[in-house]
Amino acid sequence: MELQAVLMAAGGGSRMMDLTYNTPKPLLPVGNRPLIWYPLNLLERAGFEEVIVITTKEVQKALSTDQRLKLDVKMKLNVECIQEDADMGTADALRHIQQKLKTDILVVSCDLITDVALHEVVDLFRAHNATLSMLMSKCTSSRRRVPVKKAEREQRDFVGVDSAGKRLLFMANEADLDEGLIIKKSVMRKHPRMHIRTGLLDAHLYCLKRSVVDFLVENKSISSLRGELVPFLVRKQFSKTSISRREEDHSDQSQKRKDATAALDEALLQLASERSCWNDHSGDMSEAYHGGRLRCYAHIMQEGTCYRVNTLTSYVEANRVAPKLFEEAAVHPSAVISERSQVGGDSIIGASCHIADKTSIKRSTIGASTIVKEKVKITNSIIMNSVTIEEGCNIQGSVICNNAVIGRGADIKYCLVGSGQRIEAEAERTNDVIVGSDQLMEI
Amino acid sequence: MFKMVNLSFNAVSFLSVCVLYSVLYHRFDSQEARIQMPLAFLLWVTHNNAEMTTVDPPNIAMTSIMGNWPCNSAKKANTGHIGTKSIQSLIMVPEVSEYIVMAFCFLFNLLSAVKRLPEHIQVDDPAVVRKLAKKLERQQIPLRSDYGYKVSLFSHLHQYSRKAPLTQQISIPATVIHPSIVRLGLQYSQGIVAGSNARSVALLHAFKQVIQDYSTPPNEELARDLVNKLKPYISFLNQCRPLSASMGNAIKYIKKEISNIPSQYKEEEAKKKLLSCVDSYVNEKITLAAKGISKYAIDKISDGDVILVYGCSSLVNHILCEAFEKQRKFRVIVVDSRPRLEGREALRRLVNRGIRCTYVLISAVSYVLPEVSKVFLGAHALLANGYVMSRVGTSQIALVAKAYNVPVLVCCETYKFCERVQTDSFVSNELDDPDDLIVTRKGKTHLADWQSETSLGLLNLVYDVTPPDFVDLVITELGMIPCTSVPVVLRVKNVDQ
Repeated sequence: MELQAVLMAAGGGSRMMDLTYNTPKPLLPVGNRPLIWYPLNLLERAGFEEVIVITTKEVQKALSTDQRLKLDVKMKLNVECIQEDADMGTADALRHIQQKLKTDILVVSCDLITDVALHEVVDLFRAHNATLSMLMSKCTSSRRRVPVKKAEREQRDFVGVDSAGKRLLFMANEADLDEGLIIKKSVMRKHPRMHIRTGLLDAHLYCLKRSVVDFLVENKSISSLRGELVPFLVRKQFSKTSISRREEDHSDQSQKRKDATAALDEALLQLASERSCWNDHSGDMSEAYHGGRLRCYAHIMQEGTCYRVNTLTSYVEANRVAPKLFEEAAVHPSAVISERSQVGGDSIIGASCHIADKTSIKRSTIGASTIVKEKVKITNSIIMNSVTIEEGCNIQGSVICNNAVIGRGADIKYCLVGSGQRIEAEAERTNDVIVGSDQLMEI
Repeated sequence: MFKMVNLSFNAVSFLSVCVLYSVLYHRFDSQEARIQMPLAFLLWVTHNNAEMTTVDPPNIAMTSIMGNWPCNSAKKANTGHIGTKSIQSLIMVPEVSEYIVMAFCFLFNLLSAVKRLPEHIQVDDPAVVRKLAKKLERQQIPLRSDYGYKVSLFSHLHQYSRKAPLTQQISIPATVIHPSIVRLGLQYSQGIVAGSNARSVALLHAFKQVIQDYSTPPNEELARDLVNKLKPYISFLNQCRPLSASMGNAIKYIKKEISNIPSQYKEEEAKKKLLSCVDSYVNEKITLAAKGISKYAIDKISDGDVILVYGCSSLVNHILCEAFEKQRKFRVIVVDSRPRLEGREALRRLVNRGIRCTYVLISAVSYVLPEVSKVFLGAHALLANGYVMSRVGTSQIALVAKAYNVPVLVCCETYKFCERVQTDSFVSNELDDPDDLIVTRKGKTHLADWQSETSLGLLNLVYDVTPPDFVDLVITELGMIPCTSVPVVLRVKNVDQ
């Protein structure tokens, strides 16, 4: 087998607590499908037949009971549960399941919505025999007003790639840098032309070699893939003692016979690369890849959709864009929509909805079993499941979570209404977050 | 009553032959054998009806089939002998119908002795393309589509784009094709593994991985099943990049070794034997051959020589490095050509060793040649009529060198000798990605939309053939031979095997 897929679905959604305090992040509805459906669909379209899903018990229960998921996803899901309060990073999770990992792995995060051609990332991994291959995308900034509780300042990521745009040379987060960017002279000597970009979105899709998992098992101090392992690997490309050297120390403990055949194969591969008249760079006197054994590559998507749903902004954006990714009837057949209502073409109506007369729904997503009464105007909003919206309401640019009730005549603009909340009649809220009192303690 | 017996005998044998034919249909390797069976039967039937005696049915049918069966000569002689005896004992008065059928058989044999054209040089024939598509579909390999406008003289060859690799049509992770073969195909199509020797070594490495991961399914024999497993992999690699002659010879060797595994070997033993065969092949034909060739070639390099090399040939680089280590005093002129610019890699390797080098482009060859004393060329393949198939531009260099009376020495291992015959570079060649010719200077790319120009075609040829009149000597590990002795070497090799 060539690659094993690992889906990380245990994240807490720490940057959108208002949405996730009741629903775990993998089950948040985007375009009326649970968020976890999108990476699973991506893997299925690529041709994977089996996925290892690392998640919490709650999500596992939902996965096994959700009819829709069961019908749509034909792959075999090996669900591994971890404790919710264990505070495990992604690298810790890999260490937890290391017995199940037998080949190179493809790590995907549950909040990735994209239509990338997966072979671009995997081809870099295969062709150059890379240790790490990841997906990045040119960020599109959203200019729409969304409900925010406090100012979310994004920490910028500095990514340095070579002139061809494929090899990763430098990666650091603004938070880790004190005064400025420090680029080693050895890197500059080997790659005199480097493009440093800040507007890239890391899609958290990594192809890793099996030896990296072994390395993680040895070094228990690394707990996050994105934050610690990836910058470490990018730095290690140019250091004198690379991971592969450490591998040679470990291989003494493995079987002697396997070593002999592996050594012969290595010699053959070495001979092939010596006889080949190819070099990845020109202008200096070193061999292909500058003789380095560790190589990190990135595929930067120029066009297409790529979203990571980890903030409220991106959640709203994704809801707008996700329906275009799959062709399904925008209006579920079991929804009851009266003829005198206006439902825009870019809106999605979920199953068993009741839309009464004289309602106008534009560019919105309505979840399952929602009841919308007369004379309601809904624009640019996300309404989740089992919400009741009484007559005469005007909802604009808002997110209404499960089981909420919006009273009669309410005027809600750019708000976030938490799960199970009641908005009283004739209320007027703008730019507000309405959540239960037990959640207000979160700072 | 005699007639009834004869008729029933006819019917029974007819049925048995039908059954036999349908069972063996797919085992017949060539089209000739497939048609021979019914023809032979037809002959036998007409013969039978000519006279009322019982005939030796199998022998006559078998004779005409065996006459064209691709088996080795010993077996052929045997059955032919038996066949004629039985025919002699049975033939009485052949009728006109029999003569017609026999004549048809003979004519068919004659025509089918002509070798069919390989499908990769018949791309403009839709029937051949359809057959190829069907074959690939059966093996579950995706078909790679051609790209861009092809110059009319070369429209019978495939032309692929590097930006559309074959991997976008297969599933990730690769299940039908072994992962190391997918990796190899990708490296071929992107040019990461380039050069005849490198490609063969990488291919053998990938085959080693395949053999190591192979497990015989139940009720199957390793000898036959493994060969069948390799067929789709070879089709896949062919789609990624057309196979080279050296790769073809390596594949033939592996297939022969696999089919020669005795059936009583256990799987572990058989695998170990195959792996050691691959290792010994690489060792003998590539590593030791290179050592032998350098020994002969170094004799030809004298102090004060100015040696001209073209492109990046791993063997020629090896020879020059060895000669330098043996304290020969010479300098090298490296000739390079677009779009591959492989000469830069050769230049880097030679200068790294400390050899004094000059670098020119192929347009300057006639200016540089007056000061050159010898030309060393590498080869992709040596054809049976003495022609040398090598990187495009080699025949130019050989021609100009001949005009200046500079000796041209071609260095080539014997495993690159192939039985093909070619006198021009048009019939069988390889078309590389035409977008490689596009270059960006000062931020401007003039040919960026060359496809919209109807009267413009970009041609990126990879190989050309050099006639033996321009080549003075071929240095192989068997010695230094003239170009015309290639068929002798091939004959000796075939007898050895």
